[in-house]
Amino acid sequence: MSHITSLLMSLAWRNLWRNKRRTLVILFAIVLGVWAMIFTAAFMRGMSSQILSDTINNLTGHIQIHSKQYLDDPVIDHRFSLIDDQLFESLNNVLIKQTSSRVRVPAVIVSERESTGLVMVGINPDNENGMSFLQSSIVEGRYLKDENDSGIIIGRKLAERLETRLGKRVVIMSQDKDNKIVDRGFRIVGIFDTQMEALETGYIFMGLQTSEDLLNIKNEVSEVSILLHDMNQLDELVADLQQQNPHLDVQGWAQLEPMSRVIIELYDSFHLVWHLIVFLAMGFGIVNTLLMSVFERTREFGLFQSLGLKPGFIMGQVWVESTLLLMLGLFLGNIIAWWSVLATGEGIDVSAFAQGMEMANLSNIIPFVIITKDLVLANSVVIILGMLTSIYPAWRASRLVPADAITRV
Amino acid sequence: MKTVVSCKHLNKIYRQGQIEVKALTDINLDVIAGDFICLSGPSGSGKSTLLNMIGGLDSPTSGEIIVDGQHVDKMSKSELAELRLHKIGFVFQAYNLIPVLTAKENVEMVMQMQGDSKQYRNEHSLAILKEVGLEGLENRKPAELSGGQQQRVAVARAIVDKPCLVLADEPTANLDSKNADNLLQMMREMGEQHQMTFIVSTHDPMVMERARRLIKLHDGKIIENNKQH
Ligand SMILES: Nc1ncnc2c1ncn2[C@@H]1O[C@H](COP(=O)(O)OP(=O)(O)OP(=O)(O)O)[C@@H](O)[C@H]1O
Ligand SMILES: [Mg+2]
Repeated sequence: MSHITSLLMSLAWRNLWRNKRRTLVILFAIVLGVWAMIFTAAFMRGMSSQILSDTINNLTGHIQIHSKQYLDDPVIDHRFSLIDDQLFESLNNVLIKQTSSRVRVPAVIVSERESTGLVMVGINPDNENGMSFLQSSIVEGRYLKDENDSGIIIGRKLAERLETRLGKRVVIMSQDKDNKIVDRGFRIVGIFDTQMEALETGYIFMGLQTSEDLLNIKNEVSEVSILLHDMNQLDELVADLQQQNPHLDVQGWAQLEPMSRVIIELYDSFHLVWHLIVFLAMGFGIVNTLLMSVFERTREFGLFQSLGLKPGFIMGQVWVESTLLLMLGLFLGNIIAWWSVLATGEGIDVSAFAQGMEMANLSNIIPFVIITKDLVLANSVVIILGMLTSIYPAWRASRLVPADAITRV
Repeated sequence: MKTVVSCKHLNKIYRQGQIEVKALTDINLDVIAGDFICLSGPSGSGKSTLLNMIGGLDSPTSGEIIVDGQHVDKMSKSELAELRLHKIGFVFQAYNLIPVLTAKENVEMVMQMQGDSKQYRNEHSLAILKEVGLEGLENRKPAELSGGQQQRVAVARAIVDKPCLVLADEPTANLDSKNADNLLQMMREMGEQHQMTFIVSTHDPMVMERARRLIKLHDGKIIENNKQH
């Protein structure tokens, strides 16, 4: 069989370069198509990974634990104790990379000129590190020193709105555990800036202990946020934690942020649709070109048959020819796609459309992300559908009647 | 003597819409091994049709064709392909060669399909090309050869694996008389040397002279079947 294969290969390869211009044109089309598939996939993957990391960074984490009613009504009443052996033990799990406990309740902030409602968040600054956006977003002043820090951190937009600034004092009002109004003055020690207005105007941050003191609670929090080593183990861990702590409410990021989840899923499912659209355009070109070259070589195929080569050989020849072309196009397309993704560096700045991006929960710089799964999908769409579509011209070639093919030219 | 080709009551009718064209009518023909037959007749008399039937490139409307003991008219497509690969060599009027292959590769191709070893292919293709007078031109592509040289390559390919039958359809039609004469001469020598049977169709009186047997066709019928010399 190998002598036939080698004959097939050399015939196919040489036929490919017989009409160089035509081959290069169709090769260009394949390369362009493959590039468009991979580059677009990388952009979409970048968007969804950006959405995901923003979602996780925006105080969500991979998993959160709350008291049962907190998500419906996020107030001080729905807190839970950290003095809990079972909880302590379940959080001591090898799958968990980092945890952070927070007090997170509604409050009102009052400056000398304005006041507004928002969410006050009490954190342990060390535990929060690497888990949420806060520390890396400080643009003026400083981050919180420890959980007893007496200062607060507010967003830049909020500072503008309250007509206040770093170093000024503001008053925070909230309800304590007995539903009594409590208030206290704080100095603004840091200003944070994110690309998301809702975060900048909706949250202020203080030390965990400081917030507990204000609300008259001790060792009680609104939520524990959890970061995993490996996101793939999320569902498993959520189930375990929930089972071990039935009195609490354990949820993954996808349940906590359904909007982000929907967008990510949408992007995911769009990959294949996009590949098919690109392939459709490309496939017509391939089939057309192949058919053209088959009809041009009618006589030759008749000759093959008169020499005693079977229709299968002729079909194989055309098919191998187009498969070679596809593989060449794939190879070049992949290389060019890689190269162009590398050339975009950190990603592209979409601040011109930032308004829309913010609505979609996105920051301004979208990185290009190539993952194996997407590469495999794009490449298999091209090779599988490509090989399938070339069956038709190959079959046409093999169906030529030898006597007609030879005598009627 | 052994009969290589035998046609019995062979008919071929082409249908084009309502019109029927009787390309061959009641052809009876026996060809013995080693013969060199010339098939002549005016254009449209059925020469190509008869050669194509014998080679299994087209199927008869009725009648029998037996090549080397096998019923060609009853064979499947793939059996016919096998028969052509192993027992029949073809030479056509023009464009006989695969353009992307060199002269030597064109000759080797059939051997390669039969699974001959590389060394065997190499030796035999070089030897046969030398025999047909193409020494030194083995690595040229068809486009780099003259019409006469191309036809020689085609003959070399047709006979390289010693088929029992070589069918040549107007092999000299595109050659000048000198080249045509040389090619015919060569084909006859090859036939005698390698004990192969040739059936050559032609309009050319000079070709007819070289034949051992002359068969004249007219309107799809054999009107003359003479043994010459
Ligand atoms: N595929 C076909 N369909 C219809 N008619 C055909 C077909 N092939 C051949 N014929 C007809 O059959 C008859 C014999 O044709 P054939 O090609 O065998 O003649 P020929 O002797 O080879 O002629 P030439 O010397 O011109 O090559 C002609 O009348 C031709 O028109
Ligand atoms: Mg003819």
